[in-house]
Amino acid sequence: MAKYLLLKHYRGAPTPVNCVPMDKWTPEEVSAHIQYMRDFADRLEKTGEFVDGQALAPEGQWVRYDGEGRPPVTDGPFAETKDLIAGWMVIDVDSHERAVELAGELSAAPGAGGEPIHEWLELRPFLTEPPTITE
Amino acid sequence: MDEALLRSLTPSVLAILVRRGADFAAAEDAVQDALVEAVRGWPADPPRDPKGWLVTVAWRRFLDATRADAARRRREDLVEEEPAAGPATGVDDTLRLYFLCAHPSLTASSAVALTLRAVGGLTTRQIARAYLVPEATMAQRISRAKRTVSTVRFDQPGDVATVLRVLYLVFNEGYSGDVDLAAEAIRLTRQLAAAIDHPEVAGLLSLMLLHHARRASRTGPDGSLVPLAEQDRTRWDTEAIAEGVEILQAALARDRLGEFQAQAAVAALHADAPRAEETDWVQIVEWYDELVLLTDSPVVRLNRAVAVGEADGPRAGLAALAALDDSLPRHTAVAAYLHERDGDLVVAARLYAEAAHKASNLAERDHLTRQAARLNSRPDARLDAGKGPAC
Repeated sequence: MAKYLLLKHYRGAPTPVNCVPMDKWTPEEVSAHIQYMRDFADRLEKTGEFVDGQALAPEGQWVRYDGEGRPPVTDGPFAETKDLIAGWMVIDVDSHERAVELAGELSAAPGAGGEPIHEWLELRPFLTEPPTITE
Repeated sequence: MDEALLRSLTPSVLAILVRRGADFAAAEDAVQDALVEAVRGWPADPPRDPKGWLVTVAWRRFLDATRADAARRRREDLVEEEPAAGPATGVDDTLRLYFLCAHPSLTASSAVALTLRAVGGLTTRQIARAYLVPEATMAQRISRAKRTVSTVRFDQPGDVATVLRVLYLVFNEGYSGDVDLAAEAIRLTRQLAAAIDHPEVAGLLSLMLLHHARRASRTGPDGSLVPLAEQDRTRWDTEAIAEGVEILQAALARDRLGEFQAQAAVAALHADAPRAEETDWVQIVEWYDELVLLTDSPVVRLNRAVAVGEADGPRAGLAALAALDDSLPRHTAVAAYLHERDGDLVVAARLYAEAAHKASNLAERDHLTRQAARLNSRPDARLDAGKGPAC
């Protein structure tokens, strides 16, 4: 088994095929999209491949240490140009092929006009624990 | 086996151990062990006196643990002085436990966790699942909390307000995992109301019951949020409403108003309306005026603006809203709603989308996105489609 992170972006991903902002869909299309995402996670739970899924607020900032006794330096909210993560799903699957297959399914979530969004998702393998048997 | 009975005995059993001289942290662990043993053994062999059984087993566990301890000698002296296991006056003991677990020296999250475990009798795993954190993290949170309160003298009087805040937090968390935190909060508040005669405890219990009564109607079959005005009121739990109203009336009659009673009064007025259009908004505004006096909270003022919008029209609501800081959570959502009621659909749609962007939870975000979509998909608004930010 191997764990993969599926990253969904608010900004920074290549433009999807069906690119209409969500508030310009019909309410039914919004509902259909949400239902699709929910069903997807439920299905992966049943197949034993779901690990975690979380959504992130679009607001955030940079923070860094600024030396002993000083408060951390903050910068932000994020500039418009920044690559911005919207949320993630972690899956635990048998193969890279399976991870790609699932990411493709998630990207097919319906958007405006009930058509798939073809949204670009970022697929990142987790670094694993070292194996017990090495030879 | 009756798990509810088992859990309801938790605080008094724990209190008996503490009164016999066990320190709080060790006693709490021992009670947890006894609960686990009860869950395992009772179905096959139910005890005649469940509480007596729990006290005996927990005390034995406590002794086993302390004997294994470095402090063996000192504790054994303690054992010899052990008072006979008499019937406990459970009420005061339970109350003291509530105060201890909600002690002001604890952070809110620690107080919540400790209350659920020591008073509620939930396991660390159940609490961890309910709050979506790893079990090890929750275990640390609880043991740190126990260390923090271990220096607190068990007989110090506590402040009811701190306990109520903790219970309110538990209730507001809703439910995830296998524990229904809202129902658990009601149970604990009910138990507290039985232990102390206080109008605000009654007020909070009433508030919880009135909100809980609407739970089935608050989400659609797809999990989406259903606003109060659109809820199917036939699905409201009339029994819970009747109980909530009765408790509230008895509390209000004592003429010691507090914020929970006032909030419950608002909830009762909603519960009282057979249809949303029949809501007595004028009275609701009056209760919000009381709440502003009691709390001076900006969140209350925001809710008041909504009520004013219903009582005196959206323009009046917008005027009330204009006096408030627009960085308040939900400020934009309220503005969107009032603009829509005022007929300014273009502004409302833009504000709904903006409010969705600022929402702090998914259910609200989805709801607000749908509201924006609803306004944007009207035939005469379609002209605008395609403008605005990228997808």
